[in-house]
Amino acid sequence: MTDRSHDRLQDPPLSARLTENAVAMADALRRNPTMLFGLVVLTVMALLAFGAPYFGLPEPMRQSPIDRLQDPSAAHWFGTDMYGRDLLSRVLHGGQISLVVGLSVAAMATSVGLVIGLVAGFNRRVDAIVMRFMDALMSIPSILLAIALVALWGSSVQNVIIALTIPEVPRVVRLVRSVVLMLRDQTFVQAAIACGTSTTRILFRHIMPNTIPPLIVQATYICAQAVIFEAYLSFVGAGTPPEIPSWGNIMAEGRMFFFQNFGIIMYPGIFLAITVFAINTFGDGLRDSLDPRMKRRI
Amino acid sequence: MFAYVVRRLLATIPIMALVAVFVFMLLHMSPGDPAVVIAGDFASVAQVEEIRTQLGLNDPLHVQFLNWAAGLFRGDLGTSIYSGLPVSRLIGQRIEPTFMLTLTTMIIAITLAIPLGVIAAWKVGTWIDRAVMTVAVLGFSLPVFVLGYALILGGSVRLGWFPVQGYTSIFTSFPGFLRHITLPALTLGLVYMALIARMTRATMLEVLNEDYVRTAYAKGLPTRKVLIKHALKNAMVPISTTIGLGLALLIGGVVVTESVFAIPGLGRLTVDAVLRTDYPVIQGVILVFSLTYVLLNLLIDLTYVLFDPRIRY
Repeated sequence: MTDRSHDRLQDPPLSARLTENAVAMADALRRNPTMLFGLVVLTVMALLAFGAPYFGLPEPMRQSPIDRLQDPSAAHWFGTDMYGRDLLSRVLHGGQISLVVGLSVAAMATSVGLVIGLVAGFNRRVDAIVMRFMDALMSIPSILLAIALVALWGSSVQNVIIALTIPEVPRVVRLVRSVVLMLRDQTFVQAAIACGTSTTRILFRHIMPNTIPPLIVQATYICAQAVIFEAYLSFVGAGTPPEIPSWGNIMAEGRMFFFQNFGIIMYPGIFLAITVFAINTFGDGLRDSLDPRMKRRI
Repeated sequence: MFAYVVRRLLATIPIMALVAVFVFMLLHMSPGDPAVVIAGDFASVAQVEEIRTQLGLNDPLHVQFLNWAAGLFRGDLGTSIYSGLPVSRLIGQRIEPTFMLTLTTMIIAITLAIPLGVIAAWKVGTWIDRAVMTVAVLGFSLPVFVLGYALILGGSVRLGWFPVQGYTSIFTSFPGFLRHITLPALTLGLVYMALIARMTRATMLEVLNEDYVRTAYAKGLPTRKVLIKHALKNAMVPISTTIGLGLALLIGGVVVTESVFAIPGLGRLTVDAVLRTDYPVIQGVILVFSLTYVLLNLLIDLTYVLFDPRIRY
């Protein structure tokens, strides 16, 4: 019997596994109201941000100098900025950038970190070199590194995403590596090695699935942090280009006028805070339901 | 202990060397001609050429690196393209406000966070716990500048208790220093406090389940003594680690907070350098911050001895 067919015999079909996961997820959500709360808030945010073009609001970039720096009114719920642009429309559209940046950074940092961490954890020689490099990268405060990268590469959403991903990778690598090191000597891995299973197969089939739960939790924190850091980058002038509304940009532009209309900073700030708060509560909930030891205690 | 300190200090050398290589390579990893990037969109050919010569960009890469690294050993971080002043002098001029802001923030955050975390863990599940944790998660979720501007609006503009912006050196006037540092330190302190309070609560929850805590209660010690002498002392190692790792977050926050409150520190220097793509300054600031971060974390590792006599170096 080849190794491949042996695996197939043991594994239930993919569809069954997916249903099983979906049921487990629904169960976890039911038992964990804070996680459900986070997920609901996030869904609402995403609907508001990506549905913004269809709400019949003024164009986020349409200037109307005569209406500038207005207080909230029936026509402009959040008031207007220094160019007379509708703040509500800008804040809702701005959510698109923040959510895209947050999700992309989380997805990229975890996938790159996962591959490097798996290899480093399993191969001592690679480990020695890679981890020294990661230590060095971790010694540079992440925002400074991201600021320097965007300053050199130029402002674009893509550059912001890459610049925020690079400093996060070493932390993911460390996490994955620690799980791999722990599992490497466990019986089921030793058994797989004894059966002559290829290293790639052991890594991706037997070890990787065990790294996923802590990794998902880590991904939520990376996502939350990336949303804040996007705002920091835009604020210091090394972020999303000014012609694209993002929460960071709107607040950065509003700082000159915060005496006249604090709403320019406050409204995007509140939206950002709610979003990050929701991601963090969702992450906390996930951690509690994925880590049974934590759940019992809290 | 002394041997351990020396060994750890020596171990930071290769890490800092790699950081230096990395910081050096940043400029060369950028797409296109570094001289053009630095000169900006409106520079003439002659200006680009001047920058190229000034930074020695015509030399082969390894020669450039060796020249630059040799300079680092002499404390020469290069010359600012914008002001023409040595980067080390620019950093020296700006370091005091940043140092004082970081120190004040740490004092405020740690003195608030640890008691809050301990109380939350002690009263776990009650409204006190929930309130502390909500503030902690909120502190994580709010960008520092939103809180900063809100505090300026409330504390300076409405109430008039604090100056709106600016900085007074502690050596010039202590009351003036306090008036200027309070709002920025509170702003920055909330984020840092959130981090430490969460960690304190989590570790305390773990420690409070230990047998020796039960024993301490059983032999009739007052709660305060059990919490502080038995539980907190054992929880201090992970808490100090978090304080150390959180410094990276704090340094990032300093950059933004200094812009909000117009404090002439390293953060402002960085932001100005970014706007002018003054690359030698950016390089210098990153190196200084990274070195500080690494050394402070080493210092924190050494404090473990204070909390846990089992740890011997």
